[in-house]
Amino acid sequence: MNKAGSMKPYQQVSRSAKLFLHLFFVAFSLACIMPIVLIVSISISDEKMLTLKGYKFWPDVIDLSAYRFLFTDSSTLLKAYGVTLTVTCIGTILAVLLIAMYAYPIFRKDFPFKKFFNIYLLITMLFSGGLVPFYLLYINYLDLRDSLIALILPGLSSAFYIFITRTFFQQTIPEEMIESGKLDGASEWRIFFQLVLPISLPVLATIGLFTTLMYWNDWFNSLLFINDTDKFSLQYVMIQMIRQAEFFKNQLAGSGVALLVRETVPTESLRMAMVVVSIGPILFVYPFFQKYFTKGLTIGAIKG
Amino acid sequence: MAIQSTVNTSIKPAHSRRQSGIVRLLRNIVKYRVLLFMLLPPAIVFFINCYIPMFGVFIAFKNINYVDGIMGSPWTGLDNFRFLFATSDAWRVTINTVAYNISFIVSGLILSVAVAIAINEVRAKIASRFYQTVMIMPNFLSMVVVSYIVYAFLHPEYGFLVKYVLPLFGHTSVNAYMHPQAWPYILWLTKMWHSVGIGSVIYLAAITGISEELYEAAVMDGASKWQQIIRITIPLLTPVMVILTILNLGGIFRSDFGLFYHVTLDSGALRSTTDVIDTYVYRGLIQLNDLGMSSAANFYQSIVGFFLVIGANGLARKLNRDSALF
Repeated sequence: MNKAGSMKPYQQVSRSAKLFLHLFFVAFSLACIMPIVLIVSISISDEKMLTLKGYKFWPDVIDLSAYRFLFTDSSTLLKAYGVTLTVTCIGTILAVLLIAMYAYPIFRKDFPFKKFFNIYLLITMLFSGGLVPFYLLYINYLDLRDSLIALILPGLSSAFYIFITRTFFQQTIPEEMIESGKLDGASEWRIFFQLVLPISLPVLATIGLFTTLMYWNDWFNSLLFINDTDKFSLQYVMIQMIRQAEFFKNQLAGSGVALLVRETVPTESLRMAMVVVSIGPILFVYPFFQKYFTKGLTIGAIKG
Repeated sequence: MAIQSTVNTSIKPAHSRRQSGIVRLLRNIVKYRVLLFMLLPPAIVFFINCYIPMFGVFIAFKNINYVDGIMGSPWTGLDNFRFLFATSDAWRVTINTVAYNISFIVSGLILSVAVAIAINEVRAKIASRFYQTVMIMPNFLSMVVVSYIVYAFLHPEYGFLVKYVLPLFGHTSVNAYMHPQAWPYILWLTKMWHSVGIGSVIYLAAITGISEELYEAAVMDGASKWQQIIRITIPLLTPVMVILTILNLGGIFRSDFGLFYHVTLDSGALRSTTDVIDTYVYRGLIQLNDLGMSSAANFYQSIVGFFLVIGANGLARKLNRDSALF
């Protein structure tokens, strides 16, 4: 059979169609990127020019004082970074471990309680108690207000990822391997940690990546449970900043104080610098991990 | 020509004689104690996060006050619901939630599939990879960040659209955060920007799974590109489209809280067109501290949501057994 790669006739589109496709996707890509360019441009703009000329995609005068302010004068940012990093690291490790610990027993064909635990998971995907009882449980019974546990615990129950991991186990881990491990006298824990986990590294990495992103981007739990400024996460600080700016504007508009605030602190560029700093790590690592992201999506699409 | 055939072997579980059940159960528990022990921590987490709140929905039938505690508060029957449905709120947030979700589901489906088919025709590997990378990137930004992006365009004084684009059409100094009628469009655009790219990558995965031989045969028969798309790609994608859509329909009573809460900056002036069940429950719970109303709305959302998921799954099962969730 002739394997001419991309020369197969059925794969070809006409030249004009090709041009159109590329034009379309260049436009689409620009639509995805330009809003972020706008944010970056505002963050490095001179404050006076911003108030004069508004937000533009290219700064008239480049001024990095917003970043200087963020990194030198702002313990809020550093604290928030600390909170987000702590929550993300602990949360991701715990989540991946718990997912694997649930997925492995229900993958084992000989495990007699398999069906029960499958249904136990499935129910959580179907029925949700909703926000109010969840909130009351965390606040009134578990007493987790202003505790970092309230930012970690809610992210640890993902039935969907457990099912994905189980499917991966079914496709890659042969029964005989576990049998032979048992015959060699390895304990269940040893089989789990030394045989099963190393083989399933690809799926665990993908899930870990998604979980990292989920914790990094989480603002909802902070919104519900955190009042203590020392425990604000990055996302929550951003929520506060956008609301406070509006607050200042509404309260102080017209009075001299508004001008005073604007003179001393570069509020407009500062807020956007905050956004850039919060998405920086994601945008930086994202191209390297894109392969895994796509893979993870595909795994999810096969059996959702 | 390779003939692909998939063999499904299903092994019937051996019928085990029912020994005295409890002895058997105990023996199994002892035998599999390590696996059970392994399951325990995640199972407890699910119990806390999912199961306790499920039973908690019944606080909607109570008049909660903090003096008596949740358990001790008196039962009030349907009073909370009577209050909820006596206002126009319940109707408004339901309509908003369902209308937004339907528009998101329908247009998300059409746009994602169209983009997936188009990118499948981009044969240059590097270009295709680049487009995909960029397209799914918005999905990795949190709704808080998205709210800043929208704000950068719509800021009442400095926003790019307000300052540079709208004046071209004769509108000067528009405060979008005061104009509720504009928000269905703004939110729709924001949602599509955030989700079409990633949706199309999922459909692209399904398209690449289609056997090349079908297209080869079609070309032999003289089919044009359009005919191939309409006669092969779309029909073979239909099962995936149907399933994803049905599952989305099951979630039609839940909405993307961040989109409706952050992107609108929780502006009171926009409530008539942007208030959905989730924001309504949240506001009742956190800002207004009106537990009766919010727990009633919460119960309403959970119960209707439950029947929708069951119904959606039943529909999926009827169309294709394998594609049902359970």
